[in-house]
Amino acid sequence: MHVRRFELIDFRSYPHVVVDLEPGPSVLVGPNGAGKTNLVEALGYLATLGSHRVSADAPLVRAGAEKAILRALIAHEGRELIAELELVPGKANRARLGRQPLPRARDILGALRVILFAPEDLALIRGEPAERRRFLDDLLVARHPRYAGVRADYDRVLKQRNTLLRTAYLARKVTGRRQASDSGDLRTLEAWDKQLAEYGSELLAGRLSLVEALAPYVTKAYDAVSQGKGRAAVAYKSSLDDERGTLTADRELITAKMLNALAAARDAEIDRGSTLVGPQRDDIALQLGDLPAKGYASHGESWSYALALRLASYDLLRAEGIEPVLILDDVFAELDATRRDRLAELLDGAAQVLVTCAVAGDVPAALTGARYDVAEGEVRRVV
Amino acid sequence: MYEGALADLIEELGRLPGVGPKSAQRIAFHILSADAHDVDRLSDALKRVKQLVRVCEICYNVSEEERCRICRDGRRTDENICVVEESKDVIAVERTGEFRGRYHVLGGAINPLEGIGPDNLRIRELMTRLQAGETKELILATDPNTEGEATATYLALLVKPMGITVSRLASGLPVGGDLEYADEVTLGRAFEGRRVLD
Repeated sequence: MHVRRFELIDFRSYPHVVVDLEPGPSVLVGPNGAGKTNLVEALGYLATLGSHRVSADAPLVRAGAEKAILRALIAHEGRELIAELELVPGKANRARLGRQPLPRARDILGALRVILFAPEDLALIRGEPAERRRFLDDLLVARHPRYAGVRADYDRVLKQRNTLLRTAYLARKVTGRRQASDSGDLRTLEAWDKQLAEYGSELLAGRLSLVEALAPYVTKAYDAVSQGKGRAAVAYKSSLDDERGTLTADRELITAKMLNALAAARDAEIDRGSTLVGPQRDDIALQLGDLPAKGYASHGESWSYALALRLASYDLLRAEGIEPVLILDDVFAELDATRRDRLAELLDGAAQVLVTCAVAGDVPAALTGARYDVAEGEVRRVV
Repeated sequence: MYEGALADLIEELGRLPGVGPKSAQRIAFHILSADAHDVDRLSDALKRVKQLVRVCEICYNVSEEERCRICRDGRRTDENICVVEESKDVIAVERTGEFRGRYHVLGGAINPLEGIGPDNLRIRELMTRLQAGETKELILATDPNTEGEATATYLALLVKPMGITVSRLASGLPVGGDLEYADEVTLGRAFEGRRVLD
């Protein structure tokens, strides 16, 4: 898969820009603040319906404009397809695929698959579990787009259920009663439990099988990036699991476990006014040697680990026959010369790699394909 | 900006569901330029709908009499009750011509985010109807979204102990559609609900 052309209207700093691309490596060079990252951010958004830099959509639309339009011509297995997304802050995005409007924006997922590595990825190692869950879920959707629906349904049920618990918590505080059945609305908890367990087990099973498939690639990628200095191992950490980590991607079993855990946590949930069971409380354990990477890995090791997670994602998708576009946003400045060269070697034969950097010399010779200069809202092909 | 009566009309129209400021303006100018007779008919219709239409005392469907057309119909069976969220869902099921039982309109679905619990819906009224003992099957036809599913599950938990058969409408593929265009959730549900051909 590769992007042959993409067009942005009123996205970030760009009133209008069109960029023609080729398969293989392309490097976008420009000074800081020139808008390089905005370009790759747009492609990332088209592929995941989220930005790797901000959580809200408002900053993505150019100041003063009502909406932003992202359009990409994607070449895949000898066919070409136009994917288009219209971003209107505060409203639902609108998507088109090959000029056909889609009923829901998330139906566009899968048209373009992107693996994006950026400085923000350091948070995968050092940040909160939410960062790692998002990493997993985005990869899950890139691997099987139907999980976008599962994730949305799960989030919806979770939100409803939390609201219900919050109401029950407030009622308990006012009346001072401790009985679980004290509030009328609380009787409907059971109805939400069923759906929470249903969608939750689907999401959890998806994540478990994903981590199982991804783990060997992470170890391999870290070994390659760090040149054999240390062994990386990843494992899924579920709040539903026992000490020995025996939880498997068996949906029926997970559903039963979730329902049991929900029943056991009922009183505590009302006391806290929030759902305490489910995949929204899980994490991935990132080990380096015998120690957890978080808190123990050095700056360089954390970088290598983050890179290994992205490369492993890329390798996994490639091994499964999905050839995603790889984006390396402003990362070469952070890597030393040997790591840069190793990375270039690993990417040999990739369908399309887009690299952004401030200094052209930072990019290894093996990755210098087409070169584009980015300055003052314009993108110009130079080589 | 517009003033006086025109501004009032645009504002009132803009409060209707699905009508944005631009549409409100267009409709307002259409009314302004329309025949006085046509406008009278419209305003009469608006007034009459509020004066005459109420809900059926049995099923809570919209009706101009105490009991709606369906509840008055002696050819229908009392053994099956189809539970829907809104009156417009009754029309949807009626159009199929497949169902010869009675209805019960809940007036919405359980939705904690909007502060709607079972007590805000006509669930107590449904239970009273079921206690009469005529009903053999309760068909849950709430919307196939998270709120509709939660409502259906809640009703099933409540009604099953009474010894009444509780069924849920199947969700699956649209008839006459192409398999390749079905979204994953629909196709997944259709797979789950597949049946053996005999």
